[in-house]
Parts: sequence; C-alpha cells; structure tokens
Amino acid sequence: MTAVQNAEPLADAAASASVFESPRLLRRLLRRPLAVCCIAYLLVVIGAAIVAPIMLPNVSNEQAGDLLLVRQGPTSAHWLGTDSLGRDILERLLVGARPTMIGVGEALLAMLVLSVPLGLAAGYLGGWVDRVVGWLTDLSLAIPAIAIVLVMLTVFPQSMLAGMVTLGVILAPAQARIIRSATLPIREELYIAAARVSGLSHAHIITRHVLPRVAGPVIVLGSLFAAGALIAQTGLAYLGLIVKPPQASWGGMIGDGIANIVTQPWIIFPPGIVMALAIMAFGLLGDAVRDASAEGWSAAPVSLPRRRRAAAVAEPVVTDAASPLLSVENLTVTLPSPGGPVTVVEGVSFEIRSGEAVALVGESGCGKTVTAMSLIRLLPGDGEIAGGRIVFGGRNIASLPENELRRVRGGEIGLISQEPMVSLNPAFRVGWQLAMSVRTHHDVSRRAARARVIELLRSVQLPEPELVAQRYPHELSGGMAQRVAIARALAGEPKLLIADEPTTALDVTVQAEILELLRDLQREREMAILLITHDWGVVADLADRAVVMYAGQVVERGALAPLVRHPLHPYTRALLASDPHSAAVTEVLSAIPGGVPRPGSWPQGCHFHPRCGYATEVCSQQPIALEQPLENRETRCIHYDQFLPR
Amino acid sequence: MDANSLAVRHRPLLGGARVPLRAHAVAIARSRVLRGVVRRLLLAVPLLIVVSSLSFALVSATGDPGRTVLGAGATPQQVAAVDHQLGFDQPVYTQYWHWLGHAVHGDLGASLFTQEPVTQTLSERFPVTLSLILGSILVTVVIGVFLGVYSAVRGGVLGRFADVLSLAGFALPSFWVGAMLVVLFAVKLHWLPAIGYVPFAQSPSQWLRSLVLPVTALSLAGVATLAKQTREAMLDVLANEHVRMAWANGIPPRLIYYRLALKNVSLRIVTIVSLQLVYMLTGTLFVEQVFALPGLGSIFAASAAQGDLPVVQGITVLFTVIIVLVNLVADVLYTLIDPRVRAS
Repeated sequence: MTAVQNAEPLADAAASASVFESPRLLRRLLRRPLAVCCIAYLLVVIGAAIVAPIMLPNVSNEQAGDLLLVRQGPTSAHWLGTDSLGRDILERLLVGARPTMIGVGEALLAMLVLSVPLGLAAGYLGGWVDRVVGWLTDLSLAIPAIAIVLVMLTVFPQSMLAGMVTLGVILAPAQARIIRSATLPIREELYIAAARVSGLSHAHIITRHVLPRVAGPVIVLGSLFAAGALIAQTGLAYLGLIVKPPQASWGGMIGDGIANIVTQPWIIFPPGIVMALAIMAFGLLGDAVRDASAEGWSAAPVSLPRRRRAAAVAEPVVTDAASPLLSVENLTVTLPSPGGPVTVVEGVSFEIRSGEAVALVGESGCGKTVTAMSLIRLLPGDGEIAGGRIVFGGRNIASLPENELRRVRGGEIGLISQEPMVSLNPAFRVGWQLAMSVRTHHDVSRRAARARVIELLRSVQLPEPELVAQRYPHELSGGMAQRVAIARALAGEPKLLIADEPTTALDVTVQAEILELLRDLQREREMAILLITHDWGVVADLADRAVVMYAGQVVERGALAPLVRHPLHPYTRALLASDPHSAAVTEVLSAIPGGVPRPGSWPQGCHFHPRCGYATEVCSQQPIALEQPLENRETRCIHYDQFLPR
Repeated sequence: MDANSLAVRHRPLLGGARVPLRAHAVAIARSRVLRGVVRRLLLAVPLLIVVSSLSFALVSATGDPGRTVLGAGATPQQVAAVDHQLGFDQPVYTQYWHWLGHAVHGDLGASLFTQEPVTQTLSERFPVTLSLILGSILVTVVIGVFLGVYSAVRGGVLGRFADVLSLAGFALPSFWVGAMLVVLFAVKLHWLPAIGYVPFAQSPSQWLRSLVLPVTALSLAGVATLAKQTREAMLDVLANEHVRMAWANGIPPRLIYYRLALKNVSLRIVTIVSLQLVYMLTGTLFVEQVFALPGLGSIFAASAAQGDLPVVQGITVLFTVIIVLVNLVADVLYTLIDPRVRAS
C-alpha cells in the first residue's frame, strides 16, 4: 500500500504539471495576433447568437418585411440592404447566428462525446479495443455521411438536431483515430507506468493523467471539425432541410440570394462573408492551437535564411603531376541556427592521393560527416562552406557552379552511406535505379545500361546479379543493399569513394565482407577511399592514413601504423584506448569521460582540454596550432613531447 | 480467414520450385491485389445491408411510418395508401426482406410522388453527376498535383499562392463559390450560362460550357487540399535519405523531382483523391442545386425535403456502392505504386 501512496503524488504531480500547461497554452495562444482575431470574431458571433434573438424577437419568424423595398442594396435605413421579401439583412444575419451556432454545437458535442472516450481507450488499452476502433473508422470512411444525414432528415423532417448529431456520430471514429495516435506515446511515459504499477485503475489513469495531455490535440481537431460542421450546417440550411423558413439562418439567406442572383447579386455576400469568416476562424484557430502547443516543446521556429545563390565562378586551380587527388585546405563550414550561423567544421586540411585510403576518425558530433559532405557540397540543413578550398581534379569544389558540381557527384566522387536499407528508393526496382545512374554518367542506350548494371552488380560480388536487378530494395538484406549501393556509387567510375560509416548498420560477419569488397575495389580500380568511422578495427582493415577529428578540428594526422603505435594527441590516445579491438594492448578498457561539446559551445583554447588528463592552464588560453613534431605527423597538442617515441 | 487460406495455397506452389524472381513477384502481387479486392467486396455486403436497412428501422421506430414520410399535412387516406405501397403495415424485417428481394433484381421501388421507378430516375440523372465529378477530379488532379509539386520544388510566390488557395478552398463552401462564379462570369461578364445543363449528345460544346462553372465550384476545395498535401508529401520525400543519395549520385534535378520523388508522392495523391471524390459526391448536392443541374445531387436534396423515401434510399445505396468502388480502385492503385504494400 505504501507503494501506492508514494506513486500517487508522483504521478499526480506530473499530471498537474500538464494541467498547468493549459493556462500557458492559452497565454502562448493570446500572443498570436491571428489567434486573437479568430477568438474575438467567434466570440462576437456567439454573442450575437445569444443576444440578437432576445433583442430582436420578431425578426426570426418575420414572414415579410417592407414589400415595397425588396432586394435593395445597402441604404441608411437598411445598412446591409433587404432580401427578396423586404426584410432587413443585417437583423436576419445577427439572429441567424443562433441556429448556425447551435447546429455546430450539436455536431461538435456528439463527435466529442463519442470520439474522446473511443480514442483514449483505443490508444491506452490497445488490443481488441484498438482493433474495434480501427474497424469502425474503416466503416465510417466507407459510408457516405451526407446520405445517412439525408435519410435521417427524410424520416425526421426539419430536425437540425437529428441531422447534425448524425453527422457528428458518423465522423467520430475518424477523429477518435487522431486522439488514439496522440494517446499512444503518452502511454509509454514513465509516470503513467508508475501509476499503473502502483495499482491505480485504468479509468483513474485515463481521466487524471492521459486526458489532460491530449487536451491540446482534442482542441485542434474540435476546432477543425467545427469549421466542417459549420459548412455542413449552412449547406443543409441552404437546401432548406434543417431550418424551416421564415426562420432566419445564414444558409437560408444565401439560398435567397442565389434564387435572386440575377436581379440582385448583393444578397449572397453578407451571409456568405460572415459564414466564410466563421469557417476560417475555426480553421485558423485550430492551426494556431497546434502551433502554440508545438511551441511548448520545441524551440522558436527557425527562419531559414534564403539560400544565397552566389555567382559561382569555377576558378581554375594550378596543379601539377605531383599534386594529390584531393586537397582540402583550411575548410570551414557553418550551419544556420536560430542565433546565427554556427561553425561546425573549423580550418580542416588534409589530402588524399590517387588510390589511397584515408580514414576520418572521431566520435559522433566531431564534424566528420559534414567535412565529407562538403566534398560534394551536399551539406545538411542549408549548411555553407564559409571558408577554405577543396581542390579536386584542378577545380575548387567550394566555388563550383551547381551544374558542374553534378558531374563531380557520382561521376568523380562517389558516396555510400551508413544506412544502405534506406539509401535506395523503395518504389523502384534495383536494376532500374542503377540504370538511371549509369545513364546519368554515360551516354549509352537503355540496353547497354542494363548490361552495365549486371556487370556492376557482379563486380560487387553479388551472386545472381540478374535476379538482384529485378528486386525492390525492401527485398534485399542489409549486406546486399550495401553492395547494391556500392555498385551504384561505382556506376560513374569515381576516382574517390566516400564511405560514411559503411558497416555500422550491418552484422559483424557482413561487415568483414563489405570491408574486403571495398579493399578489392580500391586495388582493382585504383580508386581512392575516404573512410569515415569511429571504429579503429575498420580503420586498420582499410586505411593507409588517418585523420583524427575532434569538435570540428583536425587534432592529429599521419600514416596509420605509427599513429596507432604512438598517438601524439591525448584524444587519439583516449580514442584508441576505449576501442574494444585494442583491449589486448592497453590493460584497462577506458572510456573518455564527458561528451563532445556541441558546435557553438566549443571551449576556448584546445577544444579537448576539459576532457583531457594532460591539460594545463596554457591549454585553455589560446588556440592551439597544428604542429609537426615528426615527418608526416601532425598534432594539435602542445604537450606532444610526452608522447614521442623514445 | 479467406485471405489466409489463399496464402497457404500459394506458398508451396511458388516457394518449392525455382521460379524466376520476377514471375514470383508478379504472382504474389497479383494474388495480393486479388485478395484485397475480394476482401473489399466481402466487406461491402454487410455495409450495404446496414446502410439500406437504416431507413426501414428508423421509419418503423417512429411508430407512424406513413405519417412520418408524408408529413403532418397528409390525409389519412394518403397515409394508408403509402403504408400499403411501402409495406409499412407489415413487420419491419418483412418490409426489408421484400425491398432487398427486389433490389437485387434491380428494382429499388418507385417515387412516392411521381411513381417513377427509382432506377429509372437514377439512370437518367447519373450521367450529369458523373460528368460533373469526372470533370472535377480531372481538374483537381491536374492543377492540384502541378501546384503541389511545383511549389514544393520552387517555393517562393507559388508556394504562397498555394497557401492562400488552400485557405480559400478550406473556408469557402462549394455552393457559395458557385454563387460568386455565377455573379462574376454569368451575371456581370455574360461569358458562361448561369444555370442549366446541356447533354453531351445534344451539343458537346454547350455541354462543356454548362459544366465549366459547376466543375470550378466543386473542385476548388479538392485542388486546394491536394495542392497542400502534395506539397507536404513532396517536401517529406525530398528530405529522405534515398533522395540525398540520388543527389550524391549526380542524378539531374528533373529526374529526382518528376521521375523518382513523384512516384513516392503518388501514394498520398491517390489517398487524397479518393477522399476528395467522396467529398465531391457530397458537394454535388449543393452545386447541382446552385446551377440547377438535373443530376443525382439535386434530386437527392429535393427528395429528402419532400420525404420521398424510396428515392432517398436508392441514392444512398448508389452512393455507398460508388464509395466502395472508389476505395477498391484506390487499393489496387496502392499495390501498383508501392511494392511494399504488396509485401505487407
């Protein structure tokens, strides 16, 4: 029993926190001018619906007005003119708000009374309840709602209640499904689990803890539903099915206008505009509530700066036979953020020679992938190359125009990603997609492209390439998908292949096969490989040289064997020490304390010093430069002499 | 249950021998499409029974069926005549069984007021509504998809136009849009007829002219919804890893947008269009009334107002059948578009 007593206040505290969210939601809502306009307009309409019939008791059932003044436009006596029976349009508009609002209210109430319990039960309880609700939804989507409403109105003539409630009932299951989706994630939350374990009843948990949390989505769908109900109410009133003349209603007034459209078109506008504004107010209010509640858990909406289309001119770069295939010089990349551009890669330089395999190593969040993606200028989220050069094949990729860039992508630099299963389009056969790549880079016939596809699939050592070409991506295993992705990357015969964590998503046995394949391809095609990984085992399998990155910077660079034997940067040492493959070398498997700092909050001086066991006061005072203590070895550490081989 | 037994029968047939992969996939696809169709049709039967029996249940529940149908103004003789014609003097299940027996032979009864057979009314008026709906679907798909895709790819002015249009399509009911179109194009500009319908057989050009305004009124909401949904779907797809990899592969933008991504988006397009078709069916009630088109929608509303139960009943059944068929076609299209639907 003590458990219950302990869990109850805990769970209730969490729930009441979300209840207290509603005034906050209201405050956020009232900060939006559009939402305020919508609420104000709806309050005016509701006010008219309540007050006008009391103030103007004779209007609603007025058979005819001044028959000498029929179908007049706006005058000083009749501000909005008169209808076909000489009645004042403004008065009827105000009085007619009542049946409209009552009709909307009837449908809304019927919908909510059914859909909220159904949706909550389906989402929270799951199982057969969920299946029944799903089945009801399918059923309600297969029923012509309007026809059922008309059947009701045939049997119960002029009964707005029957018509609007029927509408609400038929449309409820579809709304319940939305509430169900909003309930599902809440069920998984800890305080709900705590409440359940402590033995609280389902009914208690649902009403006290789940319902307050889905209030936001319910308001949104209720508001949007009200907009639809208003259209239905005015429409049915226009058809004369739910409001009996002479009683005033917006729909009936539009009907009067349409009947007299040739002689006096004006009549359709006052009721039409009032109605359209009310529909819009409900709809926009729903949107505003959704945005306001989204604002609660996400940061302020990011306004992305318009992508600058810099007048890119391909600048020729002087190269000689000895120059490397790729040379990245002082590359700096920024990503947009709410507080202005944030540097994610800072002054990165490295080279890759023809046929060489270079590994970019570091924890995730160090800028490896961003660095690699800048090589083909496919930066995520409108990222930009803010400085430096990327020299490849005698051109600076950083300033290459888009159309020339396309020839580089796939044609000179290929890419394989860490998620082979989603890197192919699910809607097309493998062979078709590969043929598209082949024909993009080679001017060949369809038939020749098909033959080339089979060749490519064979070259990545897939058995039965003809059968694989006929498959859809979802019919491939992870290893097969990565082979297909490699085959596609080879379609343009690139000189450099970027392999971004190519084995992370694969089983261990498949990993080894893919690495072997990459090694074979590198040798056979004399293709350079830029390997991005955090796994030293993968690095050792494939790479000739390694570039270690930390928090946007290169911290160490060198040929693989000496770098692994005598790392000259504490980060490299720590990274090697924490690698399970090298557990035999170092006695204790040590993890690096702390995490990689996020871009924008990099520490002063050496980026690694807060996590570094060797750090001294100097490390935090000024930026540390790359130094070259040995031939072909560079490190961004001022204490490297402690690590030098003796 | 039926579906499962089918599957069981298929598996050893295909799994055992070395069937070429393509033939295998096609066979599976075909059997799955077929199973989907059979399932839909089997579900349609109870659905039609529920929908068509509703009015019988409702009328008998009121206690005085003839009076309910004819209204308070009818004489006792008229009420007795209707009670007899519709069989209201018999138990409700006998009434329904009687109706059903005739319905499966294509006899849906006769109008209480004109005595015209319901099936005749429906077949006379169906072409009008069909022209209206097919025209509106055509306009919706062509303009909606174009706007959606183009505004997703280009953004800018067209994106804002799509936003404004979707708001207009949301807030302006078809009957009021129709009225405004009449004011502008018929009353003020005299370009098009305000009301009326000319059958295609009589004059194709007049037929087209008589449909321009109704189709515009009926398709505005559809165009707006489809444009918005297509744009959102397109933006979703363009953010996918496989699109990023297509860019990385140097595939030209026009192929990425219009060949690759459009096929991924078309699944959502089919869903929205099939939903819009149902909304349009509803819209015909209002639009046909505004433009005085002699279709199903206008007779539906008029019969409901008059209490002409057999006609209301007949159109309800017809609408239900149409929706079942629309969903059926949508299901088949899903399986043709997305191989994963076939697999799941």
